[in-house]
Amino acid sequence: MSATGIGASVRRKEDHRFITGQGRYTDDINRPGQAHAYFLRSPHAHATINTIDTKAAAKMPGVLGIFTGDDLTADKVGGLICGWMIHNKDGSPMRAGAHPALAQGKVRYVGDHVCVIVAETLAQARDASEAIVVDYSVLPAVVDTASAAKAKTVVHAEAPDNTVFNWHLGNKDETEKAFKAAKHVTKLDIVNNRLVPNPMEPRAAVGDYDQGEGAFTLYTTSQNPHVARLVLSAFIGIAPENKLRVIAPDVGGGFGSKIFIYAEETVCVWVAKKVGRPVKWTSDRSEAFLSDAHGRDHVTHAELATDAEGKITGLRVKTTANLGAYLSTFSSSVPTYLYAPLLSGSYDIPAIYAEVDAVYTNTAPVDAYRGAGRPEATFVVERLVEVAARELGKDPAKFRMQNYIKKFPHQTPVIMMYDAGNYGAAMKKALEIIDYKGVGKRKRDSARNGKLRGIGFSSYIEACGIAPSAAVGSLGAGVGLWESAEVRVNPIGTVEVLTGSHSHGQGHETTFAQLVSDRLGIPIENVSIVHGDTDKVQMGMGTYGSRSGAVGMSAIFRAVDKVIAKGKKVAAYVLEADEADIDFADGHFKVKGTDKALDFGSCALQAYVAHKFNGQDLEPGLKEGAFYDPTNFTFPAGVHICELEIDPATGVTHIERWAAVDDFGNVINPMIVEGQVHGGIAQGVGQALLEGAKYNSDGQLVTASFMDYCMPRAGDLPSFDVGMTVTPCPSNPLGIKGCGEAGAIAAPPAVINAITDALGHEDIAMPATPQAVWRAAQKSLKRMAAE
Amino acid sequence: MYAFTFHRPATARQAAGLLAKKEDAKLLAGGHTLLPTMKQRLASPGALVDLGGCADLKGIERKGRTVVIGAMTTHAEVAASPVVQEAIPGLAYLASHIGDPHVRNRGTIGGSVANNDPAADYPAACLALGATIVTNKRKVGADEFFTGLYETALEEGEIITKIVFPLASKAAYAKFRNPASRYALVGVFVAKRGSDVRVAVTGAGEGGVFRWPEAEAALKTRFAAKSLDGLKASAKGINADMHADAEYRAHLIGVMAKEAVARATGK
Amino acid sequence: MATVSMTVNGKAVTGTIDPRTLLVQFLRENLRLTGTHVGCDTSQCGACVVHVDGKAIKSCTTLALSLEGASVTTIEGLAVDGSLHPMQEAFREHHGLQCGFCTPGMIMAAVDIVNRRGHALDEQTIREDLDGNICRCTGYHNIVKAIAAGAEAMGGKAKPARQAAE
Repeated sequence: MSATGIGASVRRKEDHRFITGQGRYTDDINRPGQAHAYFLRSPHAHATINTIDTKAAAKMPGVLGIFTGDDLTADKVGGLICGWMIHNKDGSPMRAGAHPALAQGKVRYVGDHVCVIVAETLAQARDASEAIVVDYSVLPAVVDTASAAKAKTVVHAEAPDNTVFNWHLGNKDETEKAFKAAKHVTKLDIVNNRLVPNPMEPRAAVGDYDQGEGAFTLYTTSQNPHVARLVLSAFIGIAPENKLRVIAPDVGGGFGSKIFIYAEETVCVWVAKKVGRPVKWTSDRSEAFLSDAHGRDHVTHAELATDAEGKITGLRVKTTANLGAYLSTFSSSVPTYLYAPLLSGSYDIPAIYAEVDAVYTNTAPVDAYRGAGRPEATFVVERLVEVAARELGKDPAKFRMQNYIKKFPHQTPVIMMYDAGNYGAAMKKALEIIDYKGVGKRKRDSARNGKLRGIGFSSYIEACGIAPSAAVGSLGAGVGLWESAEVRVNPIGTVEVLTGSHSHGQGHETTFAQLVSDRLGIPIENVSIVHGDTDKVQMGMGTYGSRSGAVGMSAIFRAVDKVIAKGKKVAAYVLEADEADIDFADGHFKVKGTDKALDFGSCALQAYVAHKFNGQDLEPGLKEGAFYDPTNFTFPAGVHICELEIDPATGVTHIERWAAVDDFGNVINPMIVEGQVHGGIAQGVGQALLEGAKYNSDGQLVTASFMDYCMPRAGDLPSFDVGMTVTPCPSNPLGIKGCGEAGAIAAPPAVINAITDALGHEDIAMPATPQAVWRAAQKSLKRMAAE
Repeated sequence: MYAFTFHRPATARQAAGLLAKKEDAKLLAGGHTLLPTMKQRLASPGALVDLGGCADLKGIERKGRTVVIGAMTTHAEVAASPVVQEAIPGLAYLASHIGDPHVRNRGTIGGSVANNDPAADYPAACLALGATIVTNKRKVGADEFFTGLYETALEEGEIITKIVFPLASKAAYAKFRNPASRYALVGVFVAKRGSDVRVAVTGAGEGGVFRWPEAEAALKTRFAAKSLDGLKASAKGINADMHADAEYRAHLIGVMAKEAVARATGK
Repeated sequence: MATVSMTVNGKAVTGTIDPRTLLVQFLRENLRLTGTHVGCDTSQCGACVVHVDGKAIKSCTTLALSLEGASVTTIEGLAVDGSLHPMQEAFREHHGLQCGFCTPGMIMAAVDIVNRRGHALDEQTIREDLDGNICRCTGYHNIVKAIAAGAEAMGGKAKPARQAAE
């Protein structure tokens, strides 16, 4: 392994600009003549708009224009879309209401977009917004997930029982049989708490219109600028693709929330033409809380059947998923195909049946957030398994190992064909790291200090690297999920790699360059990664679902293959040898069995000067592209163990140790991969202990700022012990699986299992705040005293 | 923010003059409550009188059996002051736990006391230590100063110039932070001066900072954490919000009081 | 409008601004120093941290006019003559950043911790003193490592000389 090759912890190429303040985020971009947009948002969760009076506001200083939903209609600008069709149990399509970028007659959540004010300055736009008079007839709000389907109020007339779909997966009859035959059944009621993604960079957009060219440019905080262009062109109808350029420059974190095509960027690019000026909008954090798509929000009843030997024989799950007031871009896929197919976990479960009802409520739209469906599935499985082990009097680690899938490939009853894995190896390693044998003594030591110590496991699996286009198409996706790459070799051998993946913290500029430099045998400095601009990269599907490594890098791998193949042809002419006799290794094309060689840079030059071959026989130049469509999902898996201590006097939970052993297949840059694990765990711990979006019964978001929504800080977290096992993925040429979401998927059940262990099996909901833990601890201490 | 005019006097006297003269004028100290409120357009002063240039409002000195702290002294300065650390270490500790390090470099004792946020830390120290709040017009004892939620005895045009803290033989502060905002969910300052013991509670009261007489009585008998064993604060009049209900807050008052006493007695 | 003069990254600057202008807006919009970021509106996230007269403050909660005559250092002013500050170097070496958005404030806060607490920092001190800075990417693990290493490197100016003597 070279110092910068595959497997090396190369320091990141992109860091220099970030640590010197030279990063270029959307809000750093200012176009000449730029005006500012401010969105007047609904203060009500649910209301009919009778009138919007903008007359006084339009006359206020600096105002360039005020636009409403009627203006969208007049300009034939279409509504926002949901790109994944789900069918009901009876085969009928899901029932979705319209999702206009600016309200048309009704507002459906606090923060919904009533109209936009464009003015010379943001302050002027905001001043004008206060002069707009909106006459609302306030309606009752539907807020609660579990009861939304029974509410008298209807959010969208298209879904009269507020149910977008009732969907199922698995084998109902087999599962019923398994439960009838079960020796023991473990039952749990679970709420997967609603979260606000909160990347540190709030969303932003700058829309620009070139009158001469009749072309739009949108700078935006997107994880997938090409998908944004596709949707804005083909569905919303802003402009044809050749007249719409979408640029996602440096993006300050996404975690899913920047996948979606939102109202604000749609409106910014549309109004740029209307006012004849570039138009900028930057969300403040308060707006982000109201209008970024939220995550999770499931209410579930789940049951696990086991036989006399403690073998898991069946699993059944009934979930209600809150999708909010409108269907966001991929919202319908999250509680369905990203959720139920993972309910087998790492376990050999012969019968599984899952039912999911998705409901509309008067809350912000809910869509993918780091893990998207898989954290929810993992929480169900890992809580059930932990509780089952306790009920059966078995050691939770041994119970898991007993039920692990041990032969691959393994077909689960819920779609997925796991291709490779070794779950027992990860468990063994994690037990060593955490010093499982010493936990009894540590618990006694804690007890002597008046503290309660607990240990909790999470043996997660996820499906990522999404995904084969044909497979997702058959499940309802509106797009294919391949990735593209283009490798442009310059005449002196430097390389630009154009990728449809987008980096917003993942370090693609480094890892992708590592791959190319390693394979072409050229210095890593000679490789530049180009992404995030639809004028530079022709097409791509973007970054989410931990897909940039498994899918994006595989596309690069294939394009590099083609570059090498072409280089061999060039080298054959230059070295006067048969093409079949040319080998490429260590940056040199060599004639087998001779010392004749041509280095990569010289080969590139020869390809461009084209002196040594006939241009009719071989095209000059060295530039190759590839579209890679994977053959399967990838299945990262691993074991996380959390050990924590509770102060029963205050309910404060302190995480003492964290062992994470993940199997991501082959790893390109361990430093970056470990960093992804750390960040994922932090978000998972946040979900388990700190974070929870709460609406009151009127539909007002009461956790609407960092004052009330608790983000994990440095002092809330420990350092993590991260280990790895490697089972190469057989489904892509690099053998890699993806690491971006693992921590967020694994962590929540590990924390809650540890807390309930410390509390003597007293159940607790997420987030397990000090108050909740204190109350549970009082109960459990009372019970223990009584026993 | 709404528009305002900005004034930066060099002395407290000039500040008082501006405050009287300008319509809708508000004093700007560290700005860490006022500016976020203005950013959200929840406050709209016509004029801001920035006290940051008033050198006469800054500084810490030991005067006999008191420590005198200028109103514009930052939390960081109080926390790092050798004078405070030596004379009333509990007060330095309190200052070192307000907000976060950056907030402590801007936020001031005068601003905090004048705002009387029910979750602010300083009001508990003022009340427990029996501080005197000195304004450009008069001196007000802490007992009379804090009159309710965000309410104080300050009158129109009155500016806090300094706060005088009597020394205590034992004093300490313990705080249970709101996990999100870092304000006090419950903060308890205990102080023993001669035979007088005061226990002041912030963060918990529906009406802002208050004293806990039962704990004071128990501690007068013997100033030790053990004296508070079994003593429960009443949940009546205690704040309830999404972070903590009244019962939990009341419970935490007891826990924090014990912790403060333990800290004060070096145990 | 009002006029303000201050020193930013060693250079004297003057601006005619609306009194409402926050320091962060003055830096980003008037001076085009866009390394200082805005991540919240409640003074908590710390993406906007800069040094004023040597102390870390939140530039989103300070009016530019309040800083007449002050000396301000932003992330852009930390590297001297093109060579990175040891804390910047440590963040890169220890992978203390991912998306980079919180990083300028995080590095400025880190330098401030060293200024206040010296060069030998334990993990707990660093974690507590990062209370005013939120990162959503890293889980803080590598930020903590970076700050410990950066602190040591900042104190290490004398060290290479001593090593050379040995």
